[in-house]
Amino acid sequence: MGLFNAVIELADDHLVLGHRVSEWCGHAPMLEEDLALPNMALDLIGTAQTLYDHAGTLEGTGRDADALAYLRGEREYRNCLLVERPNRDFAHTMLRQLYFAAFMEPYWQRAIDHPDPVIRGVAGKASKEMAYHIRHTGEWVIRLGDGTDESAQRMQDAVDALHNYTDELFEEGSAQDGLPGRAQIRADWDDTIDHVFEEARLTRPATTFPQTGGRDGRHGEGLGHMLAVMQSVHRAHPGASW
Amino acid sequence: MVIAATSLDEASAWAAASAVPDPEVPCVTVADLGILRWIRVDNDVAIAGVSPTYSGCPAVLAIELAVEAALRDAGFEPRVERVLSPPWTTDWITSEGREKLRAYGIAPPQDSTGSKRALFGDVAVTCPRCGSHDTEKISEFGSTACKAQYRCSACSEPFDYFKCI
Repeated sequence: MGLFNAVIELADDHLVLGHRVSEWCGHAPMLEEDLALPNMALDLIGTAQTLYDHAGTLEGTGRDADALAYLRGEREYRNCLLVERPNRDFAHTMLRQLYFAAFMEPYWQRAIDHPDPVIRGVAGKASKEMAYHIRHTGEWVIRLGDGTDESAQRMQDAVDALHNYTDELFEEGSAQDGLPGRAQIRADWDDTIDHVFEEARLTRPATTFPQTGGRDGRHGEGLGHMLAVMQSVHRAHPGASW
Repeated sequence: MVIAATSLDEASAWAAASAVPDPEVPCVTVADLGILRWIRVDNDVAIAGVSPTYSGCPAVLAIELAVEAALRDAGFEPRVERVLSPPWTTDWITSEGREKLRAYGIAPPQDSTGSKRALFGDVAVTCPRCGSHDTEKISEFGSTACKAQYRCSACSEPFDYFKCI
């Protein structure tokens, strides 16, 4: 079950963040971002779907991608806390995405030679998509951080609010089955974030109280609300097709 | 990527499947894009290997169904296998496909700028209408997952750029 658990953690990260990002659809500050955000959400949800399909196969008890996504409660979700943080303002959303993509891009790069062909396939595809997300969100973090007094303040507020959630990205799960070591991603992640923050004139705070627990199913209040919305149609109409 | 067909049946199956147009960019076929990877024929069963362009591409299912329908019309019992590895890259778009994209008004993908360090580092995209290199990016994301939006400073026309991945 080692690989199943690891794949579920990855799938949950991608679905929860993908759903959060999709909440921007129709609400973005400009038309271009209204296209960009759902496109990024699609990347994440598409990756999640492939991973859930695969997790269902690995588990072998007949649970499919829909059952794993729609019929598990919040305590069964294994996503890290960063991805479930509410969208707040545009600065928070861009920074959350940068933090996640700066972790996933090197992670998938290291998984490209994994013996499991599905993992290999996802890694090859998703590493390129995450590089694109780093560029897009990194540019926004720089524009806002090095922008007006107002935008700089909001960007720094986002950094101060979200930074304590980044340590959990590097926590090793119990069994990774040949997947990349999470702790080893730290140097690459630091490199990306320091580079962006320097150009954005942002101050990187020390992680004072690392927020963790998501991998054990201990989540913030927001995840339950999000899942209630996300799962309501499937639960109200089980087995529906159209 | 064209895989040589090894028999008459495979040749006719390839001919049928490769003519399927992309539902979102109908000027090019699945073979032009390089997402139709291979065809195998076993008796009357034709199996087509098809790769998605992006993880969340909403057209994946439509493409698979269209390939199935084309094979069925050609007299085969169709199967489609989703091929994730190795991942599709814009390098697999054929030169004919690139020319069709340009003629349709979509700038074909240029050299890779996959480096995540290349913040604000845009490639010089050529305007598909007037050929000018004096173009600017309007949006990193466009009407579909595979395209970005550009504008030509010479002829003032906005256009889609097929992103390089």
